[in-house]
Amino acid sequence: MKAQADVAIVGSGPAGLGAATALAQAGLDVVVVEREQEAGGIPRHCGHTGYGLREFQRLLTGPAYARRLVSDARAAGVAIETGTTVVALTPGGQLDLASSGGRTTLTARHVLLATGARETPRSARLIGGTRPWGVINTGALQQFTYLSGIRPFSRAVVIGTELVSFSALLTLRHAGIAAVAMVEAGPRIVARRPGDWIARLLLDVPVLVSSRLVEIEGGTQVTGVVVERNGTRFRLPCDGVVLSGSFVPETGLIKEGHLALDRGSGGPAIDQFFRTTDAQVLAAGNVLHPIETAGVAWAEGRAAAAAILADCRGDLPCGPGTQITVGGGLAYAYPQRVVAGGPPPGKLMFRARATEAATGRLVISAGGQTLWSRGARLLPERRVQLPAAPVLEAARIGEARIAFETQATS
Amino acid sequence: MFSLHLPGDDVADLEYDLCVIGGGVVGLAAFRQFCLAGLNVILVERGADILSGASKGNSAILHTGFDAPPGSLETACMQAGYAEYLAIAPHLNLPLLQTGAHVVAWSPEEQAALPGIVAKAHANGVMDVAEIDPTTLYAREPHLAPGALGAVEVPREHVIDPWSAPLAYAWQGLAHGGTIWRGCAVLGGARRDGLWTLDTTHGPVRARTVINAAGNHGDVVEAIARPSPFHVRPRKGQFVVFDKPASRLAASIILPVPTERTKGVLACRTIWGNLLVGPTAEDQDERDLATLDGAVLAGLIAAGTRLIPELAGETVTATYAGLRPATEFKDYQIEVLPNLGWITLGGIRSTGLTASLGIAAHAAHLYGEAIDTLPQAPAPIWTPVPNLAEHLPRPSAEGGHLICHCEAVTRAEVEAALAGPLPATSLGGLKRRTRVMLGRCQGFYCSAAVACLANGQLVDMPGAST
Ligand SMILES: Cc1cc2nc3c(=O)[nH]c(=O)nc-3n(C[C@H](O)[C@H](O)[C@H](O)COP(=O)(O)OP(=O)(O)OC[C@H]3O[C@@H](n4cnc5c(N)ncnc54)[C@H](O)[C@@H]3O)c2cc1C
Ligand SMILES: Cc1cc2nc3c(=O)[nH]c(=O)nc-3n(C[C@H](O)[C@H](O)[C@H](O)COP(=O)(O)OP(=O)(O)OC[C@H]3O[C@@H](n4cnc5c(N)ncnc54)[C@H](O)[C@@H]3O)c2cc1C
Repeated sequence: MKAQADVAIVGSGPAGLGAATALAQAGLDVVVVEREQEAGGIPRHCGHTGYGLREFQRLLTGPAYARRLVSDARAAGVAIETGTTVVALTPGGQLDLASSGGRTTLTARHVLLATGARETPRSARLIGGTRPWGVINTGALQQFTYLSGIRPFSRAVVIGTELVSFSALLTLRHAGIAAVAMVEAGPRIVARRPGDWIARLLLDVPVLVSSRLVEIEGGTQVTGVVVERNGTRFRLPCDGVVLSGSFVPETGLIKEGHLALDRGSGGPAIDQFFRTTDAQVLAAGNVLHPIETAGVAWAEGRAAAAAILADCRGDLPCGPGTQITVGGGLAYAYPQRVVAGGPPPGKLMFRARATEAATGRLVISAGGQTLWSRGARLLPERRVQLPAAPVLEAARIGEARIAFETQATS
Repeated sequence: MFSLHLPGDDVADLEYDLCVIGGGVVGLAAFRQFCLAGLNVILVERGADILSGASKGNSAILHTGFDAPPGSLETACMQAGYAEYLAIAPHLNLPLLQTGAHVVAWSPEEQAALPGIVAKAHANGVMDVAEIDPTTLYAREPHLAPGALGAVEVPREHVIDPWSAPLAYAWQGLAHGGTIWRGCAVLGGARRDGLWTLDTTHGPVRARTVINAAGNHGDVVEAIARPSPFHVRPRKGQFVVFDKPASRLAASIILPVPTERTKGVLACRTIWGNLLVGPTAEDQDERDLATLDGAVLAGLIAAGTRLIPELAGETVTATYAGLRPATEFKDYQIEVLPNLGWITLGGIRSTGLTASLGIAAHAAHLYGEAIDTLPQAPAPIWTPVPNLAEHLPRPSAEGGHLICHCEAVTRAEVEAALAGPLPATSLGGLKRRTRVMLGRCQGFYCSAAVACLANGQLVDMPGAST
C-alpha cells in the first residue's frame, strides 16, 4: 500500500465513499482506509431496503447500496484498503495504520474523517440488573443476522423508537426472532412515519411509551426485563434485548488527539467547509451528528469533497473563524464555526438538534440582536435546518448565537 | 460442544494428593503453590470458567497493606502476597503500574484522622507512608476538586491486571502437572481411610486433602467437613469505568478516609488505560448474582465528579459489580483441620487479589506442619501470559488483523485464548483473557465477528453451530 496520497479517507461508509468517488473523478489520488474486511460501512449489514433514493434514484437494500458505492469508487480509481485500522491521526496529515501486513503510515495533503456513529451500549445507559448474554445494539444484531448467520436469541424486547429501532424490528423478523415489545422512555414514538406504521400495522408489535427499562434479568442468558411505567414495574419475559438508537459519533481515533470535539454532538467541531480545528483534516457523515440517513451522509461526503477541491484551488479562506454559541433547547448546531469569505452561502448547511419536544421560536442572533427567527415545533432526534445567510451574517457581526426559545404557556 | 475439560472414565479413578475447591484467585494461587511443590493437584470450579466469583470484579489494586489491621493474618498474607507478586511478575509477564495512592481528607475530622493512618501504616512496616500538604497533593493531582485539606501518600500501591494474574497461576500449575476441571460443582463428600471422595456434578473426585477456596460459597462447602464456624454474607461493590481519555484525570489511586465499615469509593486508573470509580459496599444474601442498580451507578458518577469535576464531560465505557466473600469476622477464616485432611481458605473479603499468593504460601506452611511434609520442589516452569496492559507493548503494536478496534485486540489473540492452555469457555472468560469487546462500543462493531470465531465454544455466546 502506498505511503502518500492527495486525500486519505478514514471509513468507507456512504460519507467516505461519496467523497472518495467525487475526488477521484476530479483527478485526485485518493486512498480510503477501512478497518472492516468489507467496505461499505453500516449499510453493509443493513439487509432491508431503505437506501439509495437520493444517490441512485432507486430503492436498494443496504448491502446492494454498499456494493454500488464501492464499485463506483473503484471505477473512479479510488484505492480502498480494507482490514486496515487507522490507530492514530497526527498533525501534518499523517495516519498510523495497523493491518495484517504490520504497522505503516500514510501521509496525505487532506484527510477526511468519515468514521460514522454507533449506538450507546448498555453500560453508558446505566441500565441495572445482571449482565447476561443477549443485550446488544441494532448494529450488532444486524451483523449477527446478515453477516454471520447466527441467531443471537429468539424472543427480544427492543428498547427505543428511533428509525433504527424499526430497522431492528425488520431484522428480528428476518432472523425469525419474535419481537416481544418496543419500549420507549418518551411520551411518543421518536421516529417519523413510516416507522410507527411498520410497528403497528406490519409487524403487530406492541409499543410501550413513557416506559423505562430499569433492569435486565438472567444468569447466563437474558430471561426478562423489568420495565417501569407511571411508577409501576412489570416484567417482560424475553431472552434478548436490542438497545437501539442513542447514537454517538465513533471518535475513538480522535478522542485523545489534537482535534477539538463538540461536547454537544460528540463529534469533531467543523467550520462551514467541513474543516476541523486542523485545517488539513475534514470530517463528514455521522461522525459529525448522530444520526442522519445514508443519503445525508453521502451528500455531506460530496460537499466535503467539493471543499477539498476548492482548497486545492486556493479558494478556501483561512483563520480560526467565529464560534457559534448554541442556546437553550438545542443539543448542538453545526458547523460550530464560521470563517468569513469563500464560496457563496447557498451551498452551506446549518443544522441543529433539539433536546426534547417543545414548541417555540428558533432564533439566530448576533450580540443580542435577532437577525432571523421562526416559530417551530421541535422533537427529539429530529433535525432542524437553518438558513445559511443569517448565520453567516451573525458570524460577521460577532457573538453569533443559535437558540430555541420556548414559548411561555399561560 | 464446550471444552470444559470434563473427566473421562479413565481419570475418575485417579487419587489426587490435593483437591482445591474453587477457581477464584485464592484457589488458583493455592493450586499453583501446591503444583509447584510437586503434589498431584486437581482444582474444581463450578463456573463455566475460572474467575466466576468474587475474583472477576474487583478494584485491581495490589495493596501494600498500609491500612490493614496490624498483627492480623490478613496483613501478613497481604504483605507476603505483595512481595511475591513483585518477585514473580517479570517471570509471568504480569504488568504492574506503580501509581501510588493518596488518602485525601476533605473535612477537618478527616484531616484529624490522617496521623492515625500514617501511624497504622508504620505499624504495618510500610514506612514510606507520610502526610503531604495540599500544595503537594494538587501538584500531583491537578484535576482533583478544590478543597482538599491534606492527604497521606502511599507510594508503593500498584494497579495490576486482576485477570491475567490468576490465569498465570493456573497456567503455571498446569505446566507442573496440575489438573483443572471447570463446570464442575462439588455437591458433598465423605472421608474414609484418609481419603476424601468428593461428590461433584461430574462424578466422584478422590483426594487425600481438600482445600476449601469456595469464596461466597465457602460456608456451604465448609459444611461438607464440619458445621461451618463462619457464615458468608456477600458484600456487593458496584463500579463505573470511564473511557480512556478520563485516565488523564488521576495519576494515583485517590482514596477517601476510610470508615469502620468500608474503605469507601475510590477513583483510579485501570491497567487497561481507563478510569474506574467505585466500589459501593452493599450487603446481600444472594451469593452469585451481582446486580447493577441504575440509580447507584448514577450516584457513583456523581461521587466521582465531586472528586474530579472534569469527569462530568467523560463517557462511561463499562459498569460492573463484584461480590466480596464477607463473613461476620473481619479477618480471614483460614484454618487447617489435620484429622480431616482439610484446609479452609474462607472469608477472603476485600484484599484477596493482593493476598492470594501469601495465603497460598501460608496454606503450604500449614499443610507441611499439620498434614504431610511437602516433597522437594522442582525448579519452577514459567508460563508468561500475553500482556493486556495499556502502558506496555501489546501484540497489535506489531500490526495484525484487529478484531476489536476499541481495545486493539488482534484476531490471533482471540484465537489463542480460544485454543488454550485453559481455553476460554465463556464470553466473560474470553474478554478477561483478551480485552475483546470490553471497550467503548461494547461489541457494536465486533461481537458478531467474535461469535463467528468462537463458533459455539462459549457457553453464553451463540455460534453458527448452535
Ligand atoms: C441499524 C441501522 C439501520 C439503518 N437503516 C437505514 C436506512 O434504512 N436508510 C438510510 O438511509 N440510513 C439508514 N441507516 C443510517 C445509515 O446507515 C448511516 O447514516 C450511514 O451508514 C452513515 O454513513 P457514514 O459514512 O457516516 O458512516 P458508516 O456507514 O458508519 O461508516 C463508517 C466506516 O468507518 C469505518 N471506521 C471507523 N473508524 C475507523 C478507523 N479508525 N479506521 C478505519 N476505518 C474506520 C467503519 O468501520 C465504517 O465502515 C441505518 C443505520 C443503522 C445503524
Ligand atoms: C468490589 C470488590 C473490590 C475489591 N478490590 C480488591 C482490590 O483492589 N485488591 C485486592 O487485593 N482485592 C480486592 N477485592 C477482593 C478480592 O477480589 C477477593 O478477596 C478475592 O477475589 C476472593 O477470591 P476467592 O478465590 O476467595 O473467591 P472467589 O473468586 O469467589 O472464588 C471462589 C470460587 O469458588 C467457586 N465455587 C463455589 N462453590 C463451589 C463448589 N461447590 N464447587 C466448585 N466450585 C465452587 C466459585 O464459582 C468461585 O469461582 C475486591 C473485591 C470486591 C468484590
